[in-house]
Amino acid sequence: MANPLKCDLCAKPATVHLTQIVNNKVHKVDLCEECAQAKGVTDPSGFSLADLLLKASNNPEPAPVSAVRCEQCGFTPADFKKQGRFGCPACYDAFKGMLEPMLDGMHKGVIHAGKVPQKALERKTLYDRLTQLEVDLSEAVKSERYEDAARCRDEINQVKQAVTRKPTR
Amino acid sequence: MTIASLIDSRSELTDTSSNKSAIVLMTRIRLARNLAGLPFPGWARPQDRERILEQCRTAVAAAPAMKRAWVLGVEELGELEKRILVERHLISRELSGSKQGGGVVISRDQAFSVMINEEDHLRIQVLRSGFQLKKAWTTINDLDSILEEQLDFAFSSKLGYLTACPTNLGTAMRASAMMHLPALVISNQMEKVVRAVNQLGMVVRGLFGEGSDASGSIFQISNQTTLGESEEDIIKRLSSVLQSIVEHELNARARLLEADSGKLFDKIGRAFGILQNGHVLTSSEAMNLLSLIRLGIDLGVFTDTHRSMVDRLFIEAQPGHLQHAQKGEIEPNQRDVLRATRLRSEFANFARPDFTLPLHRNN
Repeated sequence: MANPLKCDLCAKPATVHLTQIVNNKVHKVDLCEECAQAKGVTDPSGFSLADLLLKASNNPEPAPVSAVRCEQCGFTPADFKKQGRFGCPACYDAFKGMLEPMLDGMHKGVIHAGKVPQKALERKTLYDRLTQLEVDLSEAVKSERYEDAARCRDEINQVKQAVTRKPTR
Repeated sequence: MTIASLIDSRSELTDTSSNKSAIVLMTRIRLARNLAGLPFPGWARPQDRERILEQCRTAVAAAPAMKRAWVLGVEELGELEKRILVERHLISRELSGSKQGGGVVISRDQAFSVMINEEDHLRIQVLRSGFQLKKAWTTINDLDSILEEQLDFAFSSKLGYLTACPTNLGTAMRASAMMHLPALVISNQMEKVVRAVNQLGMVVRGLFGEGSDASGSIFQISNQTTLGESEEDIIKRLSSVLQSIVEHELNARARLLEADSGKLFDKIGRAFGILQNGHVLTSSEAMNLLSLIRLGIDLGVFTDTHRSMVDRLFIEAQPGHLQHAQKGEIEPNQRDVLRATRLRSEFANFARPDFTLPLHRNN
């Protein structure tokens, strides 16, 4: 690594890296060997990262803390532990790291090999295209590129027609 | 009663049995689907659940397969009605105990049922009597494709259909068969079969799914895994497992006849005697007796014309159906008396067994 991590407590190069989850928050700490010894980090039974973090709170650069929570629905890993079910489809992205080891051995494989909702995906592609075209259009108008704007408008009409066209069976 | 017309209508499950459904009573496939961007039912707020119900109900009821369907809200249903729907495999126990926003749409022939706000937003199910996995897949695939035109399903190209529980990811399909395996039970081979089936990635459960017992020697066999394999491959694998269980059951029957037909005929004859003359029958005992009569029909001891009556009684001897016939809730011990009375009258005109008939295998 070009830029080695520094110890959170004394700024020497850090050789001990720890991650703990406390109250659904990820806490990461990087320490040099001496500080790790001094704080008892090498003895996992007697060590609490939370204590260390609290004591180090006057450190100018606090340990990075990221919330482990699905942004879409507020679901947390603790909820999953309780229910064995996820909160919403977006949880599968939010808890990817937790899911992967879980899927290992649960199924025949880890990649979907069955039916694909073709119509729904086509619809999504069209909607995404429409959104993009509308952004392009307003930008073209703003910068007075009227030829581009006209082209966008034509394509928007085409996409809109495709969206509303009766599904064929 | 909201579902009175449903109970009295002919249904796929209670009226279509033939000797083709001798060992595989019925096949069933269910698909789990969820709407993109909305919380799963177990995590959704009441107002979300209502919205999901509304959106799904409209789309499902508009499908051609659901012409003149029963569109029901779980909250509108009484305890007895829910019990009857569970006994007919049209709703799950989980849905019958669900909170606000649970619903179900049941097709006229009671072959399709779509549960809303069960564990997933949609649980699409098709039932077929006998061994018809492929046909069941074609029909449910069509219904699913039609729903997809109206609803945006949560889907990832890597994980497939996204479901509340990761054990259903991928195809989100559970294909199952209800099998009648009396000879394997009598000859104590079921444990061995269950172990072998598990090793092949399939699960064995009782008649009413998870946690239910196997009274009547009826077992449900289904695929365990859903991700990493196509629907067709899962069905092919399940079919070959079912086929081999059918063969084992037939072999077990042949061996029972060969080794000690007297003992087997004694069981069947006693079952017939109790059904004709008993006065107190629990539902589990009734199931076991009916199971022996059914075996008797398969072996040619009774005529095949009685088959559909016996299959119907498997369902109608259940507590919910029994109480409905009596038009009200009844205490369990009174139920047992009532059940015996009902079965006595059904079996009064049943042709006598003929144990001398050449015992050819008719399946």
